[in-house]
Amino acid sequence: MQTDQLLALFSGILLLLGLIAFFIGRAKATRVRATGTAMFAQPDQYAWFAVLATAGPAITVGILGAILMLLLGAKIPPLYLLAGSLVVAAVGLTVGVRQVRPDFHARQAIERVIRFILVGAALISIFTTFGILFSIVFEALRFFKMHSFWEFITGTVWNPGASFLAAAGRAEEGASAAQFGSVPLFAGTFMITAIAMLVAIPVGLLSAIYMAEFAPQRVRTLAKPTLEVLAGIPTVVYGFFAAITVAPIIVSVAGFFGLDASFNNAVAPGIVMGIMIIPFISSLSDDVINSVPDSMRQGSLALGMTKGETIRDVVVPAALPGIISASLLAVSRALGETMIVVMAAGMRPNLTANPLEDMTTVTVRIVAALTGDLEFESAETLSAFALGLVLFAVTLTLNLVSVLMIRRFREKYRVNNL
Amino acid sequence: MSQSFDEISAQLRRRHRKSARLKWISMGALGLAGLFLVLFFADMLGKGMPAFQQAQVQVEIDYNEDAQRMGRAALDPEVSRLVSRTFERLIPGQIRDNPELLGTTETRWVLADSQVDQYLKGHRHKLSESQKATVDALVEQGRAELKFNTTFFTTGDSKMPEASGILSAAVGTVLTMLVTLAIAFPIGVMTAVYLEEFAPDNRLTQIIEININNLAAIPSILFGLLGLAIFINFFGVPRSSPLVGGMTLALMTLPVIIIATRTALRSVPDSIRHAAFGVGCSQWQVVRDHVLPLAMPGIMTGSIIGLAQAMGETAPLIIVGMVAFIPDVSASFAEAATVLPAQVFTWAGEPDKAFVEKTAGGILVLLAILIFLNASAVILRKKFERRW
Repeated sequence: MQTDQLLALFSGILLLLGLIAFFIGRAKATRVRATGTAMFAQPDQYAWFAVLATAGPAITVGILGAILMLLLGAKIPPLYLLAGSLVVAAVGLTVGVRQVRPDFHARQAIERVIRFILVGAALISIFTTFGILFSIVFEALRFFKMHSFWEFITGTVWNPGASFLAAAGRAEEGASAAQFGSVPLFAGTFMITAIAMLVAIPVGLLSAIYMAEFAPQRVRTLAKPTLEVLAGIPTVVYGFFAAITVAPIIVSVAGFFGLDASFNNAVAPGIVMGIMIIPFISSLSDDVINSVPDSMRQGSLALGMTKGETIRDVVVPAALPGIISASLLAVSRALGETMIVVMAAGMRPNLTANPLEDMTTVTVRIVAALTGDLEFESAETLSAFALGLVLFAVTLTLNLVSVLMIRRFREKYRVNNL
Repeated sequence: MSQSFDEISAQLRRRHRKSARLKWISMGALGLAGLFLVLFFADMLGKGMPAFQQAQVQVEIDYNEDAQRMGRAALDPEVSRLVSRTFERLIPGQIRDNPELLGTTETRWVLADSQVDQYLKGHRHKLSESQKATVDALVEQGRAELKFNTTFFTTGDSKMPEASGILSAAVGTVLTMLVTLAIAFPIGVMTAVYLEEFAPDNRLTQIIEININNLAAIPSILFGLLGLAIFINFFGVPRSSPLVGGMTLALMTLPVIIIATRTALRSVPDSIRHAAFGVGCSQWQVVRDHVLPLAMPGIMTGSIIGLAQAMGETAPLIIVGMVAFIPDVSASFAEAATVLPAQVFTWAGEPDKAFVEKTAGGILVLLAILIFLNASAVILRKKFERRW
């Protein structure tokens, strides 16, 4: 039988057993209560306990069996597993119904089970992080067995072209050996990120200063959600915008100055990414500037500073940890941004300082490596995981530093809404 | 060293001018951001609106012997070049299904070729001079015109621009979002309930909290790597399916829902909890019957925003293979599917220029859905949120 049929059968029978448990449990509890005996819980609670006693162990056995089969490769015939878990369910049903006694705290028992389920749900987010970490690290290690880590970190040539021959056992036929030097990719990534930050930090920070210090209330309530719209536009849409609209403009502007720009230049995705990131910076900076205590502004104004000087010399320096933290978060977002660069930046690993040339980024290569029709074992496919590992490490560090900075700010000014 | 009053007031004026300059510059920055937004929407509307119109031609179909083998033979050779090939291909099948059609003729409006479409819209086209003359003549006779493009909303992807539509991508999006919600909503709400209402303040709780905040900031493409390595390669979930796409997006949406739910739970005042405990409720009863219902509007708002975010996400779906060519609508969770943003990505990569407007049209549909979702989240919050 198919897995999904087995699953349907399992859930069907379990549902039936659960219903039986519920009604028997409730009927028994009602009967006991009708005799005038004082009970610790309501009949419905006894009934729900019976249901939990039926379904809980059975589902646990089923999941354990599935994990054993998948992880350890144990050969358990699915039918045995089905029968086994259903037997467990039947045992659970009898135990559950027998527990319908006046001296049994059904409500507390349910409470314990629910707490257990909630902890389980909360642990899923931890599993996700570990899942990301393990999936990336394991595949990256396989990559580093084929190509040295040192070469990956310091090499300046990224040419995976011949790796499919190596995967097919015909490495010697390749005209040149595959080279995986990631420096050009990181150079491209940092170039585009830097351009994005050149757009996003001034515009975002100044918008935040205007909204927090100058704008009348009405402008503020209107401007903030409007800026948030920029963050809500899907990145694939920005990518299209960058490739179809912005890149040709950049090329013609560069042509006007007599410069030669590629249609896949780094400026277009950089600018568009910067626009996308403006609300990240403005919204967080706005919050931070607003939480700078008013006493500092009053003190500064009382000393005869103008409003502009107060902002420049008192408010912004006080808010600096928060602003830096916002910028670091923005950098981490820009580094990991994928669609804009996939659609608007180039595919050619190119180590250059000229932003008008085409260059590629880490995320572009990850996508390129995993969307080709190469087999999974090839070095090029695995290189995506090595790049992902570096990306993960860098963004994780940036996020942690950012969290630490904002925490320091929060402690200094005792604000709790950040 | 003393300054005259004139010097001092001049200095003061300078300082105030500087202050005013900061105000104007910062206002300009906000205006610039707004300008970007306006330009962006104007550009998308300008590029995308033509996609909702499609040229159609009125042709005489002659169901003759030759048309049984080659659909093109049913049409006047002069106009057959101007008609979409998807239509011509269907003719032999129609005759096979309805043999009585043979020998009859019929006049119908049919899809025009994309080049005719582009020509009528005044875009760049590849029609020859004689073809242009034919089209002009047809337009004059009222036998060729731009009509509302129903094909765009009723078909799946196609290699021919005039016959491609967003329906299969829209169905794929719905299926994927169902999976995402079914996983992320219960787990997210349960996690938030645990952290806010049950969790003791210990190491484990702190680790979970830090971890959730960190998860929210991990680049989305890494979730795609997780989906590929664990869901597809390890658990054997079918590649390109709404199931694997939805599971991957669910993990991404989880932090959004958790953070929104925690905020909503925190805004329920403690007096509610105290009153419920006071009449003898257990902790779970307090949460289930009192705190959760009061926090529901906030939870729904957060979930809708999370859903909108997941709906626009493309990068992880590319990694798990959801950028597939899907001409037919499939309503299965386990079969290959594509989603709206992935469809936009596919069309953006088509070399045929006629796909540019399709891409922008798809973008407009996607943006309309996202605006609708976000607006309903805002309305929900305005309508049901209680201030304590």
